[in-house]
Amino acid sequence: MAFIDYYKILEVDKKATEADIKKAYRKLARKYHPDLNPNNKEAEKKFKEINEANEVLSHAENRKKYDEYGENWQHAEEFEKSKRQQQQYQSGGQQGGFGGFGGGEDYSDFFESMFGGRASRGGGGRSPQYKGQDFNAELHLNLKDVYTTHKRTLTINGKNIRLTIPAGVENGQIIKIAGHGGEGAGGGPKGDLYITFSIENHTDFKRDKDNLYENVDLDLYIAILGGEITVNTFDGKVKLKVAPGTQNGTKVKLKDKGFPVYKKEGQFGDLYITYQIKIPKNLTEKEKELFTELSKLRTS
Amino acid sequence: MNTENFIPLSTLSIHYKVELTFFDNLNEIGLIEIQTINQTQYVHQDSIYEIEKIIRLHQELDVNIEGIDVVFNLLQKIDALQTELLLVRNRLQLYEN
Repeated sequence: MAFIDYYKILEVDKKATEADIKKAYRKLARKYHPDLNPNNKEAEKKFKEINEANEVLSHAENRKKYDEYGENWQHAEEFEKSKRQQQQYQSGGQQGGFGGFGGGEDYSDFFESMFGGRASRGGGGRSPQYKGQDFNAELHLNLKDVYTTHKRTLTINGKNIRLTIPAGVENGQIIKIAGHGGEGAGGGPKGDLYITFSIENHTDFKRDKDNLYENVDLDLYIAILGGEITVNTFDGKVKLKVAPGTQNGTKVKLKDKGFPVYKKEGQFGDLYITYQIKIPKNLTEKEKELFTELSKLRTS
Repeated sequence: MNTENFIPLSTLSIHYKVELTFFDNLNEIGLIEIQTINQTQYVHQDSIYEIEKIIRLHQELDVNIEGIDVVFNLLQKIDALQTELLLVRNRLQLYEN
């Protein structure tokens, strides 16, 4: 357990006045407040540090104790105990020092050790309410899983959460489930649960938002003479007419055959097919002869 | 009108220890939508999350209502930019793979 320099955290001098500390705390809290930095772990950590520093430095008694023992905080309790005994002896049993804090959450070990949990608020003012810790989880799905809206039950910190996963959710997308994070402190609200979707694509389709892209091999003779082919779409096969003289790399758009549009039921993107004409290999003598004849016809 | 999914402002005022005029001001600036049903003012329960956020910003950071409006607009912009960044990253993967 290391000593924590609360002055450094609040970026103030050891001689800082109460007003300086308040100003520094406000400034940093505005910068790192979790509501202003959603899903930012670093900011959340920093915000807790700032609050802890403020709990100590903004209350005269706490600050005095902190300043008095500083890096020798490990011996603070012994000194406090002997001081209390002395005071009891002198004043006939009156309680002194810190006491009855309890219930502190999200404080550092250093703080807990020195102040025993939540610090004294001095004048008996309202304890601050802090939102509970936000939880983060990652959900791995296949592209096929998110083609349709479906329900899943996740177990987060021992609790089952029934989750509806809307069709068309994006890889890397984060959804927030309010109130499913850690317990709040001082009567504050519960934190939120953030779920990041990691979507793996094991299909032949490439996805760009709602549109899908697919390369389709096209027989040379169909490309030249035209014809009908069957192609795979995400939800089945469709027949396509191929125009005579189709060039390699020709793109065809199949409207509404793409991926579902997120949270827009019944709406789909498009499927873009790119033809890749297959040139026959290992020609027979007869084929070579016929191709040569064709080539002469084209050049004559 | 059914009040099943609505919460009276007076309940919120007591629960969050804020004055009723605070909600009126939020309504005026367009941050929340107050509905009057049978002469009682309500907000829809779906807006509670946003209202709690507003109250936290107001009480913990001393941000006034106009400031909260600015913050919300900027957060929306950040959210839109993050979504765009995500889509661009996914599109980039199409060319990287």
